[in-house]
Amino acid sequence: MAFAALGFLALLAGGALLALGVAALQSPKVISTAFDSYFLRIAGFTLWQATLSTLLSILPAILVARALHRHPVFIGRSLIIRLMALPLALPALIAALGLLALLGRAGILAPFLTWGFGARWPGIYGLSGILLAHVFFNMPLATRLFLAALDAVPQDHWRLAAQLGFKPLSRFRLLEWPAIKSAMPGIALIVFLLCATSFTLVLTLGGGPQATTIEVAIYQALRFDYAPMRAVAFALVQLVFAFGLALMASRFVLVERSQNIDVSSAKLMPPSGAERLINRVLIGAAIVLIVSPMLAILMRGLQADIIKLATQNSVITATLTSLILAISASLAAFLIVVSLLSARSSAIREFAAGGGGILLSVSPIVIGAGWFIALQGIINPLKAAPVIIVAVNTMMALPFVLRALSPSWAASRARHDRLAASLGLRGFRRFRIVEGVALRAPIFAALAFGAALSLGDLGVVALFGSDSLQTLPSLLFARLGSYRSDDAAGLALLLMLLCLGLLWLADSLSQKETLR
Amino acid sequence: MTKTFYTKTSYIKTSLKSLSLASVALAAFALPAMAAESSSNSLIIYTYESFTAEWGPGPSIEKAFEGNCACDLQFVSVADGVALLNRIKIEGANTEADIVLGLDTNLTSEATATGLFAPHKIAGSLAKNVPGGWSDANFLPYDFGWFAVVYDTEALETPPKSLGELVDGNPEEKIIIQDPRTSTPGLGLLLWVKQVYGEKAPEAWAKLSKRVLTVTPGWSEAYGLFTSGEAPMVLSYTTSPAYHMIAEGKNRYQAAAFEEGHYLQIEVAGMTNKGANNPLAAKFMAFMLSPGFQNEVPEKNWMMPAADTSAPLNPVFGQMVQPAKSLIFSSEDVAKNRETWVKEWLNAFGK
Repeated sequence: MAFAALGFLALLAGGALLALGVAALQSPKVISTAFDSYFLRIAGFTLWQATLSTLLSILPAILVARALHRHPVFIGRSLIIRLMALPLALPALIAALGLLALLGRAGILAPFLTWGFGARWPGIYGLSGILLAHVFFNMPLATRLFLAALDAVPQDHWRLAAQLGFKPLSRFRLLEWPAIKSAMPGIALIVFLLCATSFTLVLTLGGGPQATTIEVAIYQALRFDYAPMRAVAFALVQLVFAFGLALMASRFVLVERSQNIDVSSAKLMPPSGAERLINRVLIGAAIVLIVSPMLAILMRGLQADIIKLATQNSVITATLTSLILAISASLAAFLIVVSLLSARSSAIREFAAGGGGILLSVSPIVIGAGWFIALQGIINPLKAAPVIIVAVNTMMALPFVLRALSPSWAASRARHDRLAASLGLRGFRRFRIVEGVALRAPIFAALAFGAALSLGDLGVVALFGSDSLQTLPSLLFARLGSYRSDDAAGLALLLMLLCLGLLWLADSLSQKETLR
Repeated sequence: MTKTFYTKTSYIKTSLKSLSLASVALAAFALPAMAAESSSNSLIIYTYESFTAEWGPGPSIEKAFEGNCACDLQFVSVADGVALLNRIKIEGANTEADIVLGLDTNLTSEATATGLFAPHKIAGSLAKNVPGGWSDANFLPYDFGWFAVVYDTEALETPPKSLGELVDGNPEEKIIIQDPRTSTPGLGLLLWVKQVYGEKAPEAWAKLSKRVLTVTPGWSEAYGLFTSGEAPMVLSYTTSPAYHMIAEGKNRYQAAAFEEGHYLQIEVAGMTNKGANNPLAAKFMAFMLSPGFQNEVPEKNWMMPAADTSAPLNPVFGQMVQPAKSLIFSSEDVAKNRETWVKEWLNAFGK
């Protein structure tokens, strides 16, 4: 079973890579012509926007993380930290629409901005929108990671600093900065990787000739220009680039949440009045950044005629399609994770425990493009859409499902292995009698989380979608493309509620993640 | 005991495996079933979105054709004409289309080269209104028109009088154009600029790009943005004002006459190899140049009909801009250079 699971992953990724490689070897000359001045420009833009996004995400994150670290106990703190985990699980399309609803040419804030700007507010299409959206996603992530790094500074250091009467500046220089600095390369690399490979945000907020990244250019080469060889060339570049970054990032260990909250810094050296004020403003600003796009969707969505929208055939079909695809992907990811976690070979279990983080570097667009090219000429690739979408979403959800399930699974193994062995319980019987019962909550949490991730995805469906297969995100994108913004707002609300519902389910189930 | 146990678990393992496969397979088979099913008595036509829109010619043409064939005509629509060609190339020989309707002469040579289209065997002379006559064996025209910059008289006092004025004009006065990689008007403007500027086209585009508010994938999106007041100009057709004058009784939107002449677009349809085996496809191709189809062209597709209509055109069409000169590249020239010219456009645009 574990081998079947690994085989599936190998087939999915390997098949795509093989197709890209074979295509490249077949016509190396055509491939080489793809690297022209246009390619250099989009490659340049990809790096430039990723660099800016990383800086704009990381610098504020340091300040916010420090602020949260200095105030280890206040009402709502744990809620804020949980809120910080939300953007990464939210569909990129929702974030993009939220920002457009807020700051677009016809956004909620546009009248005020026009007034302040002195001319008609130009909206946030292009680089500014892409940067803003990347900050929305990555600033909270970076904050959590920096906070964990700060929390890991040993209590003794703070005690010593207090005894020596450190001033705030030397405290920062000698205690906080070293912790931040050592965590920085890993955090910067992961944020850079996420920004350099982001697809949906660039597609929705940029995508014009001035603001296109390699990832979007792969899609355009297939669906706009129909130049498969150019898609192959771009996909191979993106693959090598992302893999290299992921490999570099994997050398750094990232701690997402420290085990014990360290209160010593605040207790031993309480923040001054001025610092309190600044910290409050910083934390408040971070909350506004995270919450306002979602509020904008809610406001805009409620203005749309939801009832009329929800009874449209196309909307119902797209919702059902999305749910079927998302649940299939989530189930498939779950089965793979379970088979990896209960593998007899310890090497497989270790690979699984490693989080399969390297999977994160394999972009859905690259895999999709590979299969698109592999299938062409054999069948109509657009007809294979459901299978490819489920398979790629399975792969995307895998690391997250794995992370959601592996701690409690390991605990259950430690607790029940001997008993199960003595009773001769193995395989599915063991799952049904032991883990299936004891881990019911974490299992459903992982499934709900996996489904939420797949539900909002607009990667592969952009590549393979057509009128015969519309998911909720692709329908939303189509309505947005034809500037039916009321429809788009209503659909965004629908999609957001579905995703938030699943995430809430996952979160509340994992709260009772104790073994019974 | 141990042995039976083993077989049982391996059985369960297999069933688990097949369960995971089943969930994928379920999705694979359940979903296409939701989509339109093709049957022997149906005709599938791929076209662009504005053709099938409620206000477009699609619905009434469907009714007229189904009325005398007792069959099922299904439209499948994509953003615009160039996307239509891409779609056919992607699907290749496995396409479901019997007919592809909405390419233009800029694309016919490239479309013929795919080997996916079959001769229509209809006399080109039937398309008697088409400027320059017609002789293509695979594609048949259904309407034609000239690209033009349409402007809002309430937002723009002095419209450009030439392509040169459009390029050099005030960058604050914006125009919405379409992407030449997906849209036939977008491609039309690209070729128009190429005709007028030749080698200097990249410089012209670099200048013009400052006036471009946004590049949309298809004509519908661009025109929708224009009429909602987002920009004072849009790339459309000389005949677009007729819509506002006839259907809305408004003179507000007008086409700007350009001194250099206007680029001519002849819109065509072709039968695929699959369609060649479907008698309904040949029937539709013949129907296309009959009044049943042509009557819907002027006041639904807002283009000039390729053949006779039952009644004379509304006189408003006589008031439309009459181009001083028709500009057009041969289909072969476009096929040879399209990729290079599109790249030139992409490169010039961001500068």
